[in-house]
Amino acid sequence: MGEDTDTRKINHSFLRDHSYVTEADIISTVEFNHTGELLATGDKGGRVVIFQREPESKNAPHIQGEYDVYSTFQSHEPEFDYLKSLEIEEKINKIKWLPQQNAAHSLLSTNDKTIKLWKITERDKRPEGYNLKDEEGKLKDLSTVTSLQVPVLKPMDLMVEVSPRRIFANGHTYHINSISVNSDCETYMSADDLRINLWHLAITDRSFTDIVDIKPANMEDLTEVITASEFHPHHCNLFVYSSSKGSLRLCDMRAAALCDKHSKLFEEPEDPSNRSFFSEIISSVSDVKFSHSGRYMLTRDYLTVKVWDLNMEARPIETYQVHDYLRSKLCSLYESDCIFDKFECSWNGSDSVIMTGAYNNFFRMFDRNTKRDVTLEASRESSKPRAVLKPRRVCVGGKRRRDDISVDSLDFTKKILHTAWHPAENIIAIAATNNLYIFQDKVNSDMH
Amino acid sequence: MLSKGLKRKREEEEEEEALAVDTWWLDPGHPAVAQAAPAVASSSLFDLSVLKLHHSLRQSEPDLRHLVLVVNTLRRIQESMTPPTTLPPVPNPPAAPSVADNLLASSDVALSASVASLLEDLSHIEGLNQVPQPLADEGPPGRPVGGAPASLGALDLLGPATGCLLDDGLEGLFEDIDTSMYDSELWVPPSEGLKPGPENGPGKEETPELDEAELDYLMDVLVGTQALERPPGPGR
Repeated sequence: MGEDTDTRKINHSFLRDHSYVTEADIISTVEFNHTGELLATGDKGGRVVIFQREPESKNAPHIQGEYDVYSTFQSHEPEFDYLKSLEIEEKINKIKWLPQQNAAHSLLSTNDKTIKLWKITERDKRPEGYNLKDEEGKLKDLSTVTSLQVPVLKPMDLMVEVSPRRIFANGHTYHINSISVNSDCETYMSADDLRINLWHLAITDRSFTDIVDIKPANMEDLTEVITASEFHPHHCNLFVYSSSKGSLRLCDMRAAALCDKHSKLFEEPEDPSNRSFFSEIISSVSDVKFSHSGRYMLTRDYLTVKVWDLNMEARPIETYQVHDYLRSKLCSLYESDCIFDKFECSWNGSDSVIMTGAYNNFFRMFDRNTKRDVTLEASRESSKPRAVLKPRRVCVGGKRRRDDISVDSLDFTKKILHTAWHPAENIIAIAATNNLYIFQDKVNSDMH
Repeated sequence: MLSKGLKRKREEEEEEEALAVDTWWLDPGHPAVAQAAPAVASSSLFDLSVLKLHHSLRQSEPDLRHLVLVVNTLRRIQESMTPPTTLPPVPNPPAAPSVADNLLASSDVALSASVASLLEDLSHIEGLNQVPQPLADEGPPGRPVGGAPASLGALDLLGPATGCLLDDGLEGLFEDIDTSMYDSELWVPPSEGLKPGPENGPGKEETPELDEAELDYLMDVLVGTQALERPPGPGR
C-alpha cells in the first residue's frame, strides 16, 4: 500500500506534546477512560499508573491539556501457587475502566489469574477542630477541653486514594487474555485460553457459569484457543471472541447459557496464493475491538488489520496491510518467535481511522474514508518535542529515499504492541517498551 | 543430558545457532523452493518446530496459544513432508500417532537422526518430575492419546494412572523409553485433576530432565506405538 510522505495529504498531523518516560518496567497495557480525561497504564511489575489531562488553561494555551501523573499504585504482586508449584506473574495484562457513576473512578485490572476492581477517589478537604482528638489524632486530655467546637472542613492538597474494592480470584485455570465491561455496567467478562467467565461486579466469590468453554474432552484434541474477547458497546447480550485460527464468534447470551453453539461465525477463507506453513499462525487474531458505533469489528492478525461488518460473516469488508514486507521473512520471524507477537488495534472516536503498532517503534494509521495510510515512529531520537511527526517509510528494495528504513535494518525488539485512542479527540497513547508517548493533534481536533 | 545432535537450550537464539546451517530457508510458498527440495527445507523447519514445542513444554505453565500454534504448524509440515500414507492403519489413530507413523516411514536421514537423538535423551530420564501427575479425569485410565497400548503388554503392568515410578524390575524392559509417561496427560494443568504429586520445593530453576507431561507428548508425536517395536537403530 502506498504511503504519503506529504503530511498535508494526511488528515491529521500529530505533534509530540508530552511524553512520560517510565524507566521502571515494560508497559503491558494502555487504556483511556470513557471521557478521555484519564489514561491508565499497566506494566510488567504489576503497577498501574494513571495520568490525568490537565484542563486547558487560558494562561498557558500551549499546554493544551497535557497529561500528568495522577496516581500510581501496585495492583498485583507476584504470587506463588504452592499447590501447583507455579509462580503467577504480576504483569498487568489488561485494564478496563468502568463508566463513571459517581465522583469516584473505577477500573478493573487483571494479571494472568486474578482480576481486581479498584476505586479511585479524590480527597481535597479534611475536617479540622475535633473536640476529642488533637491535630495528630491523639486523644486529648479531657480536663483540658473547656469548650465545644464544631469541626470544619478545610481545604488540603489534593490526595488521590486508591483502594481495592473487589478481588475476583480463582476463576481461571488458564491465562486471562482479556476483560470487558458490559454496557449494563453490572457485569463484565474475562477470557482465558479456553473459557470465558461472566462476573457480577458486586459478587466476588463466584462467577456465573462459563459462558464459553472450548476445552475439548481430550486435551490432545486441542487445536484452537481463545485469543481476545469484547462485549458489544450497546447490546448487553452480545459479545465477540476471537481464536488462534483467525475466526470470530459473535455470541448472544439470550440464546443459551453456554454460548458455544448459538453464534455467528466470521471467518475469511484462506488465500491459496499466500498459503504457507505459517498461514495459521499469521491468521491468529491478536485483538478484536468493536467500533464505537457497534456496527463493525476490527481485528488484528500478524500482518493485517481487518474491518468486519456484523452483518457479513463471509469475509471482512476492509483489509489493510500493516507490514506486508514481512511476508517473505516469516521463517526467520518464526525462528525468533516474533511471529507470535500480539499486536493490539484501535479505532478513533468517529470510527474513521484505525491504528495499530508494528516493529522498530513504528505504528500505522489507516483512514477508512480516503484509504490513505501513514507510518509514524514513537521515539525520542526521531522527533523533537512539539514538532510534527514525520511519516516514515520502509523500503523493500528498488528506489530508496533518504530517510527510508530498509526491511533488514528494522529492530524487531522495538515493538509497539499497545496503543490507545482518546474516545473523542485526536489524542493517542503509544507504549514503546517502557516508554509511554502521548501525541496530540494540534491542528485539527474535530472529528472527521 | 544434552543429546548428540541437538542443542537444547533455553534461549531461542541458541536454538537458532543449532540450526544455523539451514540459513537459506525460504518461505515454502516461494516459487523457487517449490521446485527445489521442499522435503529438505521442511526438515529444518520440522526440527525447529520440535525444538519450539519442547521449549514450550518445558515451561511450568506453557503458553497454550504458542503451544497449539506450534503443534498445528508441525502437523502441516508433517503432511507436506510425506506422500499420502501407505502405512497400515493404526487402531484408534488420532492425529499425533499417525503423524508419527508418517514420520517413521520417511526415509529422511536427518529426520531419523533427530528422532533417534531425542529418544536417547528420553531414555536418560530419571526420577520424578516437578509437575504432579493428574489422575485420569477423563474416565478409564490409560493412554491419553489413542494408540495401542495393549500391544505393549508391559504397559498393563503399570496399571491405572497413578503417577508412580516404574518399579526397578520393569526398568529393564524400557531401557529406551520411560513409559510411565504414558499415564500423564498433556497440557492438563495440575488443577484439572487430583494431585498426589510429591512435595517439592518451589524451585524455579529449570531441571535438566524433561517432566512426564512433556515426555508423554513428545513420545506420542515422535514415536507412537510402532517405534517401541522397532529394533534399536544405530547410535542408540
